[in-house]
Amino acid sequence: MTEKKEIQIKGKQEAATPEQTRPGLVFTPAVDIFETDTDITLLADLPGVTADNLTIDLRDSVLTLSGEVKPFENADEQDIMIEYEVGKYYRQFTLSDIIDQDGIEAKLNDGVLRLRLPKAQKAQPRKIEITT
Amino acid sequence: MITRRLFDFPAWGLLNELEPIRRQLGRILENIEGSHRIVGAGVFPPVNLTEDKENFYLRAELPGMKTEDLDIQATGNSISISGERKLPGEDANAKVHRRERDDGRFSRMIKLPGEIEVGKINATLKNGILTVTIPKAEAEKPRQIEIK
Repeated sequence: MTEKKEIQIKGKQEAATPEQTRPGLVFTPAVDIFETDTDITLLADLPGVTADNLTIDLRDSVLTLSGEVKPFENADEQDIMIEYEVGKYYRQFTLSDIIDQDGIEAKLNDGVLRLRLPKAQKAQPRKIEITT
Repeated sequence: MITRRLFDFPAWGLLNELEPIRRQLGRILENIEGSHRIVGAGVFPPVNLTEDKENFYLRAELPGMKTEDLDIQATGNSISISGERKLPGEDANAKVHRRERDDGRFSRMIKLPGEIEVGKINATLKNGILTVTIPKAEAEKPRQIEIK
């Protein structure tokens, strides 16, 4: 099949958690997660989020992404047609593997986060000699 | 509503037990209606169109797109946005846990509600957000009228 597929429209998903104490919408970003023997790669679509406004937190094998988006409309602009809403991004993942915290790499380019989570080196198998 | 009529029927015990479910369904329906304040054209990408005195502003969220993969054209008072979103290939041996991000082609035409200066359109792509600034034609701009 050489015919390229067309992108289907998907509305932004509002996040169910966390409970909000501040007003504003919170969306769940779309993610891709790949795993190899050595690491886990996570890609997240975060349009409008800059590096200063993104928080990545890993604690007790729970990974939390949260991104703030500043409104970019000027104050005197009036809406004509609004098809998407702008808000924060929030998503949590539980990781099953032990991650090497020092090896985590995060890059944010064109509104896409690429997060590489290397797995911690497992204890090397050792042969135990039996003495008689 | 048909559910209303059904449940107003003489008080059978069973129907009374169903009452909380009916209420819950009502709440769910309310939520769905509430989320429908955004009307989309059903074509990717969703866009927001705003205006001030000088310009129209067309914005779209296109994370991960490069300027060279995007084509914007203006004809008359319409703007067409088309392009292709490519996702870099990952390790073929990698296990896939989630694949929610889409790739593919898209094309969309947006008609503006007034005359525009086709030659002075400016587009920027920053942090995955496309902003097209479209100056209004001289005749469309509001003018202060002096009272003598």
